[in-house]
Amino acid sequence: MAVLKVLVIDDEPGIRSGVTRILQNFHVAYPFMDEDYTYEVNEAATGEEGIEIIEREVPDIILLDNKLPGMQGIDVLEYIREKKYDVVVAMITSYASLDVAVRATRDGATDFIPKPFTPQELKSSIENITKQQYLKRITHSMNQEGKKIRYQFLSVLSHELKAPLNAIEGYLRMMKERECGDRIEDYETPVERSLHRVQGMRNLIMDLLDFTKIRLERKQEKVIELDLAEVAAGAIVTVQPYAIQKEVSIGLKVKSDSRIMADPTDMDIVFNNMISNAVKYNKNGGSAEIIIDSDGDDSIIVFSDTGIGISKEDSENLFTEFMRVRNEKTRNITGSGLGLSIVRKVVELYNGKISVESTPDEGSVFTISIPKNI
Amino acid sequence: MKKSDFTILVADDDPDYLMQTLFHLGKAGYRTIKAESQAEAESIISRFRPDLAIFDLMMESDDSGFILCYRLKKKYPDVPVILATAVAHETGIGFSLDSQQERTWIRADRYLEKGIRPEQLDLEIMKLLKI
Repeated sequence: MAVLKVLVIDDEPGIRSGVTRILQNFHVAYPFMDEDYTYEVNEAATGEEGIEIIEREVPDIILLDNKLPGMQGIDVLEYIREKKYDVVVAMITSYASLDVAVRATRDGATDFIPKPFTPQELKSSIENITKQQYLKRITHSMNQEGKKIRYQFLSVLSHELKAPLNAIEGYLRMMKERECGDRIEDYETPVERSLHRVQGMRNLIMDLLDFTKIRLERKQEKVIELDLAEVAAGAIVTVQPYAIQKEVSIGLKVKSDSRIMADPTDMDIVFNNMISNAVKYNKNGGSAEIIIDSDGDDSIIVFSDTGIGISKEDSENLFTEFMRVRNEKTRNITGSGLGLSIVRKVVELYNGKISVESTPDEGSVFTISIPKNI
Repeated sequence: MKKSDFTILVADDDPDYLMQTLFHLGKAGYRTIKAESQAEAESIISRFRPDLAIFDLMMESDDSGFILCYRLKKKYPDVPVILATAVAHETGIGFSLDSQQERTWIRADRYLEKGIRPEQLDLEIMKLLKI
């Protein structure tokens, strides 16, 4: 139960006590709200008194009479606007004056309650205001969340993109100043390392592109029947050059019907990421295996590797954006920290699940289940 | 005293940055000792007193460099420390040693953004070592 504070500013005692009485046992509930809202009413007979109360504690809702003995309602409104208080103001007006209404709206009043009002009129106004206030707060907290992600995004971008740039720039300067000698052979390591860093940056950029491509919804028109065995085989071909370099063997076992209804682009993203991880975080000469099976209406895809593994605490955040396990073993592996979060997002688009079991230094087993028909 | 009388500890988990820094410091005439991780740097500090240290900020954890500064200053209060990072100021995550408050909790003598020219780094080091 959440309580919203209401301040009624009106010189008529009857109006003030009326509001208090009507809102006393009133509560507002919406299907999408976590909890019901109830109201606590404070009263002020003049604008000056109202401001005093606002200064002590800013209410959530103000019901404001325009015609007051001292300062007018419109002045109170202006005061609130200048102080930028987060409060919804509804004007109580005894007569319809277009001029006042226009000024009040301009100054931030969101609702008008005609005077005299019936309990039902007051309740429906309060209900509307509550909904507005609720939505405003939700949007605000979502923005905050968005800011946090943007912040994380920037720090990773800044670090992961600038580090290779710095490295490459450093090597180029060494070459320009001929610091290692005059022969091209003297620069084998700088050239080799620069190319390696360029590749790392390319991977990061590709991941970022994938990341921005992921939609919040599946494109239903792109969903077709496809064979996961073929998707897997295609992804293995893509990763193969890298696997040969690391001497990692990749096996594929299809245990049952591997057809599924999905967007091929989405499944490519999943398999490419999972298989390239299985190679990337493997040890030289290790192996990776993909098993495609069914469990009732779900496709079950298991990716196992003989790699460096993940500790229990690290695996908890593994599917979070920009999460990278930083330790001695991952030091020379470049990554954006996006791959697994991209996979998770795609899998969740299909109401699927992804989980991991891992033993450090022995390997990891990722299991994905996706409904075959969506 | 000349440059070859000083040993500089460089800790960085970026193999290229580490290699380049060691190369330039060596060329400038300093003796160097390297650490590829925070853990390795800690173990070196525990048994060896460098004349100056250059720490990368983000290694195993995002604040590895801060921790190393703290450890080093605790054991050898007089050894100057340079903190280096690729995290840019523009992102709003940057920090400096300009305010008193920052100086109290960042135990470094200089804070440098990576990408600094070798000559400039050498100048900073000479100032800190009073060469």
